[in-house]
Amino acid sequence: MRITQGAFSFLPDLTDAEIRAQVDYALSRGWACSVEHTDDAHPRNTYWDMWGLPMFDLKDGAAVLFEVNACRKAHPGHYIKVNAFDSTRGVESMVLSFIVHRPADEPGFALVRQETGGRNIRYTTRGYAADQPAGRRYR
Amino acid sequence: MNRPLESSAITDPKARYKAGVLKYKQMGYWRPDYEPKDTDFICVFRITPQEGVDAEEAAAAVAGESSTATWTVVWTDLLTAADSYRAKAYRVDPVPNTGPGTPTEQQYFAFVAYDLILFEEGSIANVTASLIGNVFSFKPLKAGRLEDIRVPVAYVKTFKGPPTGIVVERERLDKYGRPLLGATMKPKLGLSGKNYGRVIYEALTGGLDFTKDDENINSQPFMHWRDRFLFGMEAVNRAQANSGEIKGHYFNVTGATMEDMYERADFAKELGSNIVMIDLVIGWTAIQSMSNWCRRNDMILHMHRAGHGTYTRQKNHGVSFRVIAKWLRLAGVDHLHAGTAVGKLEGDPMTVQGFYNVCRDAVTRADLQRGLFFDQDWADLRKVMPVASGGIHAGQMHQLVHMFGDDVVLQFGGGTIGHPMGVQAGATANRVALEAIVKARNEGRDLMNEGPDVLRAAAKWCKPLEAALETWKDVSFNYTSTDTPDFVPTATASS
Repeated sequence: MRITQGAFSFLPDLTDAEIRAQVDYALSRGWACSVEHTDDAHPRNTYWDMWGLPMFDLKDGAAVLFEVNACRKAHPGHYIKVNAFDSTRGVESMVLSFIVHRPADEPGFALVRQETGGRNIRYTTRGYAADQPAGRRYR
Repeated sequence: MNRPLESSAITDPKARYKAGVLKYKQMGYWRPDYEPKDTDFICVFRITPQEGVDAEEAAAAVAGESSTATWTVVWTDLLTAADSYRAKAYRVDPVPNTGPGTPTEQQYFAFVAYDLILFEEGSIANVTASLIGNVFSFKPLKAGRLEDIRVPVAYVKTFKGPPTGIVVERERLDKYGRPLLGATMKPKLGLSGKNYGRVIYEALTGGLDFTKDDENINSQPFMHWRDRFLFGMEAVNRAQANSGEIKGHYFNVTGATMEDMYERADFAKELGSNIVMIDLVIGWTAIQSMSNWCRRNDMILHMHRAGHGTYTRQKNHGVSFRVIAKWLRLAGVDHLHAGTAVGKLEGDPMTVQGFYNVCRDAVTRADLQRGLFFDQDWADLRKVMPVASGGIHAGQMHQLVHMFGDDVVLQFGGGTIGHPMGVQAGATANRVALEAIVKARNEGRDLMNEGPDVLRAAAKWCKPLEAALETWKDVSFNYTSTDTPDFVPTATASS
C-alpha cells in the first residue's frame, strides 16, 4: 500500500527539484520549514520525531534540502516529511505538509474490530510495521 | 441626503407625545446627523418604498419597526430612555441602476444603527427577531432586503463561534496546504444502510477526505439513522486503514426534536465519528445548541444551508447570504456551504468570494465589489471552513483553487459517483487533479491559463483523471446570477 498522508501523496514521488520548489514557495510566504521523520506512520501519530528545530528566518531553501538528505541518510527506512509553519496570529499552525521520503516497503494497517453491544463495533487501526519495536521497523 | 430639521424629528416633548399617529421621521427614527458608535450594530437594508413614501420615511420606518416603534404614539415611551432604544436610520443612498430609466423600481440602501442594549448576549435568535422580525411584512415597503451587517466587537465577544474552526480541524485531520475533498452520497434517497456504506467506502478509499449525507437524509423507511451510522463508520474506518489517512463522514443528525438530534449526535460520537452535520432549517436556537454540543464533544459541525435560497436569492427581498454567513459564524458552525460560482447553483463569483471572506477572515474589509459594505473585526473568533458543493467536476479544479485557495472543502458528488470507471476512480481523479493543481500553483504556474495543461499532463499517467476530463469536458452552468452586488466604483466609501 501507499500511505497517502500529506499534500502530494497521490502524485509520483517528488524529485529534489520539486521539493525545492515547494520549499521556496513556503519561504516566499514567510513560513518556517521543518523536517520530521517516523517509523510509525499511524494516522493518529501526531508527533513525528523532529529532525532539528523548525528553520525560522531561513532565506535559502537549499538548507531545507540539505536537512532532508541528511535525514534520509540517517533514516533510510523511515517516512520523512517537510512541514511549513505560519506564525500569523489566528493561524499559528502548519499550513503545508508533504511526504518526501518513504520506506521501500509499506505494509500498511490492519483494522481490528471489537464487537460490543447493539451491533456497535470499536475500531482500532494497527500498523503492521509497528509490531516491531521502535528502530527495528521497515528494515 | 440631509434634509432641514423641520421635516425630521419633533423635539418639543408635548408635540412629540401627543396621542395619535406621527411619521416615523417625526418620531426620531431618521437621524441624518447620527454618527454610529463603535458599539452599535449597523445594518444596511435594500428597500423599495411604496408609491408616495419618501426614502427617508421608509428608512425611518425600517428603523422603527425593527426596534421600538409601533404604529401610533405611546406615552409609555416616556418611562424609558427611549432615545437609546430607538434604532436610527442615518443614511439613505439610491441603489445604482434602479429607478426611472431602468427596468427596476427605485431602490435605496438604508443604513440603520442599533444600540448594543437592544440585543441579548450570544443569541442569534434575538438578533434575528429584531432585525428581520416584523419589518419585512411592513406595508409602507414593497420589498426589503437585509444586505449586510456590521457586528460590533463588543457583541462578537458574547459568542463562542465555531466549535472547531479551520486551524484545529486541520490539526485533527492532519491535512495541510490543500483544499479538502468531499462528496455527497448519491442517490440521496433510497439506498439501504449497507449500500450507502458501500458508496462511502469507495469514495473515501479512492482518495476523498470526507463524504456527506445530503440535507434530506434523516431517518426514512428505507434507511434508519442507526443503520446508516453503523455501516458508515465501518466504511470510514476501513478507508482509514487502507490509506493511513484520517477520513470522515458527515452524519446528518437533523431530526424532529432536539432530543432526537442529541440522541443521534451522541451515537455518532460513541461510534468514533469526527464530524456531524445539521441543516439550516433546524433554526437558530437549535444550531446554537448543537454548536455547544460539538464544543463539549470535540466534534466538527458541518452546516448544510438547506432552505436559504427561499430568502437569499432574490435581490429585492429577503436576507443576503453574507448576513446568514455572519450569523452562522457567530452561532458557531465549522463548515458552511458558501457556493461554487462555477457549479450548478446560484452564485456570482465576486459575491461568492465575499461569502468566503466572511467565513475565513480575521478582519473582513469593506469591499463593495464583493458585496461587503463594512469592515468587520471578528475579534479572533474561529474561522469557518467554506464548502463548495453542487455541479462541480475535476476539470474545473484550477478555477476552484484559483478562486477559493486552500481553506475550502471541494465537494464533488456527481463528479465522484458518476465517474464512468466507478466511485473509487472518481475519487482518485479528483484527488490527483487537486494535488497536481496545488503543486503547480506553488511552483508559480498561472492556474487560469495553464490549469488545463496541468490537468492534461496528470491525466497522462492517471487513467481515472483522463476519463473524468473526457466525460465532463463541456459541462458548465453559465446562467446569469440573480444575486449580484450593486455599486458604482466611485461611490462614497462605506462607513
